[in-house]
Formats: sequence, C-alpha cells, structure tokens
Amino acid sequence: MSTPIFIRSIIITAEKNIRIYYKKPPVIIFGLLFPLFMFLSFYIGRKIDLAIFFPGFVAMTLFFTASSVGPLITPWEKQAGTYERLLSYPVTVSTIILGDALAGLIFGVLITTIVLISGVIFLNIAIVNFLLMLIAILLGCFCFAALGVLLASPSSRAPSNIMMLSTLIRFPLIFISGIFIPLQELEGTGLILSYLSPLTYLVDTFHACLSGTSTLPIWADLCGLIFFAYVFVSAANLLHKRNLAKGL
Amino acid sequence: MNDDNSAVKASNLTKSFGSVVAVDGVSFNVNKGEIFGFLGPNGAGKTTTVRMLTGILTPDKGNIMIDGIDLRKNSIQAKMRTGVIPEIGNVYVDLTAKQNLSLTGRYYGLPKNIIEKKTEELLKNLGIYERRNDQVRTFSKGMKQRISIACAIIHEPPILFLDEPTEGLDVQSKRLIVDIIYRMNKQGCTVFLTTHDIEEANKLCERVCIINKGKIVAMDRPEKLKSTFDKTQSIEVSFDHKIDEKSLLYDSIFKVEIFGDKLRLYTNNPDKAVKYLVALAQEKGIGILSLTTCGPSLEEAFIRLTGGGE
Repeated sequence: MSTPIFIRSIIITAEKNIRIYYKKPPVIIFGLLFPLFMFLSFYIGRKIDLAIFFPGFVAMTLFFTASSVGPLITPWEKQAGTYERLLSYPVTVSTIILGDALAGLIFGVLITTIVLISGVIFLNIAIVNFLLMLIAILLGCFCFAALGVLLASPSSRAPSNIMMLSTLIRFPLIFISGIFIPLQELEGTGLILSYLSPLTYLVDTFHACLSGTSTLPIWADLCGLIFFAYVFVSAANLLHKRNLAKGL
Repeated sequence: MNDDNSAVKASNLTKSFGSVVAVDGVSFNVNKGEIFGFLGPNGAGKTTTVRMLTGILTPDKGNIMIDGIDLRKNSIQAKMRTGVIPEIGNVYVDLTAKQNLSLTGRYYGLPKNIIEKKTEELLKNLGIYERRNDQVRTFSKGMKQRISIACAIIHEPPILFLDEPTEGLDVQSKRLIVDIIYRMNKQGCTVFLTTHDIEEANKLCERVCIINKGKIVAMDRPEKLKSTFDKTQSIEVSFDHKIDEKSLLYDSIFKVEIFGDKLRLYTNNPDKAVKYLVALAQEKGIGILSLTTCGPSLEEAFIRLTGGGE
C-alpha cells in the first residue's frame, strides 16, 4: 500500500471512531469524571505527599482513558454489522488497528492535558520538563491505546465479554506499577512484576517531568514504552487478522 | 492491467474454518460487463466466496484477480476497483445519510467537491435526499439498504459485488435496487450478484453459477441450465367455475396441482394440452379466465443440482 493511502486510511478511521464512539456524552463525561473519582478515592483523606502521588495519578488517568474505548470498537462494529463494510473499503487490518489506536491516543492526550492543567492551576503542580512531558504523554497514550486495541482482538459480537477481559487485565496493572508504592521501595517479586508493566515506565517518566527525579534512566523508561507499544501493535495485528472472521 | 475479458477471475479458491471446508477449490471467470449470479442454498459457501473476492477474508489456497490485479498482492488497488454491498453490511447508524456517503468517499480518496456532488446525486436518485441530514438509525430497512448501495457506488466502481441485496426488502426498495443494478450494468459495470432469489437471478443474470457444499455444481446461462435439467413445461389455467382437477388428466397432461384459484398442469406437449383445455372448456360451457404456459424453471434446476429435492 502506498504511504499516502495508508496514512489517509488511518486518519479517516480515527476520525470515524472519534465521531461515532468517543464524542458520545457518556464517554466524555466518563473520561473527565473517572480521574476526579480516582483522585478523591486515593488522595483525599490520606496523608500522601502530592509530589509522590500526582505523577502516578496522571499516569493512571492517561492509562485508563487512552485504553478505555479501544477494546470496544471492534466488538461494537461486529455487533452493528459495520465491520464487514469497513473491511471491504480500501483498507487493511493494520490501518484499522492504527486508526483505532490514533483515536485512543487523541482521547488520552485530551483528558490527560485537562487533568495536568487542572493540577497546575488548582494544586500548584509544577512541570519541570515540558518537552519530556509532551513526549511521555504522546508515547504513553499511543502505547495504551494500542493495548486497548489488542484487548479487542478476541473480538466477538459481545462487547460485554471484552469489557470484562479489559477490566481484568487493566486494573491489576495499577497496583504493580509504582503508583501506590514507589518503585525504589519495591523489591523481589514486586520489583520484577513492576518491570513487566508498561505503566511503570510512564509513572517513572512522569516523576522525572514533575519532580525532576526518576528511579530508572529516562532513556530506559522511554525505550520501555516504545518496546511495549511495538509489542501491543504487533500482537494486535496478528490476533485481529487471526480472529477476523469471528463474529462477522 | 487486464488484457483478457475477465473482470473477476477466481482460481482454485479454498477456505476452511477449523475442520469445516467452507469453499473447496472454486474456480470461475466473470466477464467484463456481465451480470453474474452466484446461487446456492444456505451454508453452501456463497458468502465466504464473496468475502474472499472482496478482500474481507484471505483464501487458504487459490488466487483472485480483480480487473487483472492480484487481490492478495495488491489488495488496496483491487479494492479501489470494487464496490461492495456485504450481506450484513450495515452502514453507520450514528451517522447521517450524508456523513455515511462522505466517509465512504473519503476512504476511496475522492475529492471533497466530487463527494458532495455524488452524494447529492445519489441521494436524489435513491429518493432519500430529504432525509440526508437524519441519523440512519431512524431509517427503515429499505432506506438503510439504499444508503448501503449509495456507499457501494459513490466511487463508480467497474465491478460491483452484491450479497443478497434485496433480502427482506419491500417491493419498492427491491425494484429500485434492481433498477440500479441494471443502470450500473448499462454503464459498463460488471455485477456479481449473490442471491437466494432464483427468480431474481433468472431475470437479471446473463450467467449463473450454482455452489453447493463449497463446490461449484453448475455454471451456465439460466435458460441452458433450465432446459438441461427439466424438459417438462407447465400450463397455469384459471376457470370461472370450479372444476374437478382429475378431469383434466389427459394423455399429454400427466399431473395437476392446485395453486390458489389456479390449476397448474404439467405436460410434455403444451400445444396438445392447450388445445385439449380449450376444447374441454367449450364442451362443458366453462369460461377460461387466464391461461399461461410456463417453461422449465431455474428453481427446478437449482433444486436438482443442490439435492434439495432428495
């Protein structure tokens, strides 16, 4: 496929997803309320240092928003009977996957930016490295949007099954990624598990952006995110192709 | 590009799902400008074949050439030359009619002004222009199918694939779709039509291919298929008085069936049978309300080929 057609198909797919799936009021409201509830649940009434909590909180927000709708797009399309039509257009499975991931990335960036700006305005949070913050947000959103698309790969016509799988996989990650227990305090199995979570690298990068210190070198964090993004996109490509006919 | 006359060339197509062989070594050519019917009972492999031909599924074995382009090697270029109305090819119900067409046009790389012009033209032709800004979820099944057709032809493809396009539609929508198929074909478009409706295939198609249990069992012109499989003709007659059907059995009429207010008489010699009926009506003082001779049906050929009559 020539590059312009490839890129055009990705952009059109992302636009379609944003218009149909992300612009729905419940999705936008959930995107904004979810971080607020997370903040109220994990911060208010507990004696936690905001400087330690906030990077993890922003990472958690990014993680949940970027990967929130992606798992459901393919099951929704299969259920509505639009997936077959989509496949008949001049697109490939790869362009559909990247289009889905791009839509998740845009949604993730939007919500994360709102949360960050709110933090700066209302909680006096300072961003010490803007450029790194921008790179981390983009990379993190792409990585987790790709995870969302990967979670859609066992796609059937039942979005509820995928929702369950998505929750089962995403929620445990927040407990092993240095959000509630800082990475430097982890040891043994806990530390090994945290390195297996892509969220760990984002939390650590956000610490570098907001407080100027990180447990791992920045290059290692960014490489970790790139590695996981690559794995998620490749696995999604393989599994979506394999499960293409399921639920058509 | 293509130097022979084939618009679609399928060679030895095979597709399995687990241990089930859905399509087994299917080969055929569809000529340019032809309306080609693809018939088969449920589960025969029709939809799987169409999905392979339209690049939705990849065959396990075999090759597909679309207008001379290898679908496996160059799927995007091949797909650019086709318009598809999939079996369950619903349009996006959260979008308006106009937005659905615009989305499709953009996928095919049409410029904005062409999309606008074609959208207006198609929606007017299909009688849904007044509803162009309404969400498709508020449309009837027939209207949704019209949008689906508009999406399939917005880029004026040289090859059109239709998978059961008139299934479950009202008479007006059916007629409109058949008109579009004719119109597109007149403009040089090759039409690949999958249908359950034998009569529809009989009326529309220049050639039909019958698939059963994943294999092609016949491929020919409808008239040829009919005459190959059934030499019997029938006469449908309606009298102004009720008549005992047994009294109609005669040396050239070997079977009589009641169809509503009509009687269907099966014969090997329609000339002799008609003369006998007229003479009988005269003799008994009965009026003939209608009398039609019918040739062998494609349905009969279909049933025999697919084992439905067993």
